[in-house]
Amino acid sequence: MAINLKEMSARPELLVGGHRSCAGCAAPAILRQALHVAGPDTVVGFATGCMEVSTTIYPYTAWRVPYIHCAFENCAATVSGVEAAYRVLQRKGRIPADKKINFIAFGGDGASYDIGFQSLSGAMERGHRMLYVCYDNNAYMNTGTQRSSATPRGAMTNTSPNGSIISGKQQSRKDLTACVLAHNIPYVAQASVSNPIDFMRKVARALEIDGPSFINILQPCHRGWGCKPEDSIELARLAVETRWWPLYEVDHGRWKVNNKPKTVVPVVDWFRIQARFKHMVAGDRDGILAWHQEQVDKAWTELLEKEEKSQ
Amino acid sequence: MNKRVPLTGNDAGAEALKDVNPDVAAVFPITPQTELMHQFASYVHDGVVDTELILVESEHSAQSACFGAASAGARTVTATSSQGLLLMAEICAITAATRLPVVMPVVNRAISAPVNIGCDHSDSMFLRDAGWIQLYCENSQEVYDTVVQAFRIGEHKDVLLPVMVCLDGFIISHTMEGVELIGPEAARQFVGEYDAAFRLLDTAKPITVGPLHLTDYYFECKRQVVEAMATARRVIVEVGKEYGRLTGREYALFEPYRLDDAEVAIIALGSTCGTAKVAADRAREKGLRAGVLKLRSFRPFPGEEIAEALRHVGAVAVLDRSISYGLPGGPLFHEVRSFANGGAVLVSYVYGLGGRDITPSDLQCVFAELAARRQSGESDGVFRYIGLRES
Repeated sequence: MAINLKEMSARPELLVGGHRSCAGCAAPAILRQALHVAGPDTVVGFATGCMEVSTTIYPYTAWRVPYIHCAFENCAATVSGVEAAYRVLQRKGRIPADKKINFIAFGGDGASYDIGFQSLSGAMERGHRMLYVCYDNNAYMNTGTQRSSATPRGAMTNTSPNGSIISGKQQSRKDLTACVLAHNIPYVAQASVSNPIDFMRKVARALEIDGPSFINILQPCHRGWGCKPEDSIELARLAVETRWWPLYEVDHGRWKVNNKPKTVVPVVDWFRIQARFKHMVAGDRDGILAWHQEQVDKAWTELLEKEEKSQ
Repeated sequence: MNKRVPLTGNDAGAEALKDVNPDVAAVFPITPQTELMHQFASYVHDGVVDTELILVESEHSAQSACFGAASAGARTVTATSSQGLLLMAEICAITAATRLPVVMPVVNRAISAPVNIGCDHSDSMFLRDAGWIQLYCENSQEVYDTVVQAFRIGEHKDVLLPVMVCLDGFIISHTMEGVELIGPEAARQFVGEYDAAFRLLDTAKPITVGPLHLTDYYFECKRQVVEAMATARRVIVEVGKEYGRLTGREYALFEPYRLDDAEVAIIALGSTCGTAKVAADRAREKGLRAGVLKLRSFRPFPGEEIAEALRHVGAVAVLDRSISYGLPGGPLFHEVRSFANGGAVLVSYVYGLGGRDITPSDLQCVFAELAARRQSGESDGVFRYIGLRES
């Protein structure tokens, strides 16, 4: 589905200014872009996290669409309930038959990869008409940067510090996009806040689908990653250009790689400008930098193969 | 004449849900609740009701889905027991404080460890401060009647609280007895169309559900729940009276049994009240004026009314089918005692944990012990157990 930027730019903002996210935070851009596509007939569900606390400090709300937050680990289950209510109330004639409402659940990586993994899995398996957007900033940022299963191997967080004996996170990341894809749902995609047109087109496609869909979008957090606030989008762009975070979609089993960087940037160039990898760049005693580059190269080759095979 | 049919407690719960025809039901199995939702699911699959089932992957998600559906403006139900209730506990507190009138039969069962599937009240007592109304049932008839009434109580505009309808696992849930049904037409008329105060699905009037409250507003939200619970005391009685006019079976906050002239009395929750009534009858045959106070509404707790009803009784046994570690006696005992104003000797009896049987003879012994205390005025050793091996 094509998106019309000119038309969208004339529509009112559905997430208004005045909320309290950090200067340079890239997450509100994700929410605004999703809502530009979805429009006012949309219910937004939110897991506990940065965007939840910063947009809804009572008696204020930044949301001009219906919004629901329950707890940290249950956003997908909560939106399941809302969507089920919509179905039955429409069937009973209490919502007009031609009234379509979009359901979008948002959660950070902590809420999606970790504590809310079961809830997400259940909602995807049950087939609710719901788009789940994970804004992945690679750690628990709302509570002050603790490691999650989305944190890259070697990265420093407050629960995986660069100690004199143990240096950074010891384990490799979970591939949540692949996990959700394994539910055999119609549409799964990976996006980056550096590529808004690509992301908005993916939201538009997801909302067309009569069933569950999932987008995992990378969102640099300058507080947790240790970079300048004004570099958030640049950090996301480099993650794509290093192929560390490839942009792709799987639409009814058909894979498409949406961005094939012409010049490949070495992963270390992306690591170099983030304080969370500083210790590795300064002296990589465990060979983690080389390991990352190998992983990225291998995953990229596999991704291209999947794309080719599924045509 | 209404239809009278043989039903288990689980069947009676399912029958009540069927007669009300709620909009959304979140379903997850746990013993001994499982058959309640089996039966209800069959009504959905046979088109008897047009409820939307959400077959969730856990009780945590069951309560979360209820939270979403109720916020959306749907009349919403689920049911659970034991570990399931504890798993959903976090969200139960949110449902209540968000003022969503979800109705949930809780088929009372012991909590782990050790794992045990028998009846006791440890599960619902764990949630006693979660902000849910808790109504306990003596038998299958009360299960049916109370589930129907629960919608009216919880959805009352001055209450707006979720309601647990507590029924004893196996003792009520799996035993069959005659139950008089009012049928779908009367039940639906009684509960009325559900008109939610706020509807998330009204996109023309967007609302924000579940915002962050800081120190400036949080406390006031909690105070409002206190107020709603206080109002619920009146509404439970009003709804119980109206139901009585419809069916001949009137309900209140508690039921006194042969209490007017009683010298000794037992206060209890759930099916044990039926056993206590038999024991009281037998005690009276032997010349002891025994009575029973069957407490129906544990939350809200009608403390003053209980104290008034027991004012003339010389010795009272408070029966708890749950335990409070670190404080002798169970929760019901301490709450009854906090309203007692001298007079009667109050004795705590913890009994029946993990489904251990309680018989009329056990409770006749309790009455006899109460009679002795009444005579002697003995007030030591008031923390007791029934049917426990101590060595």
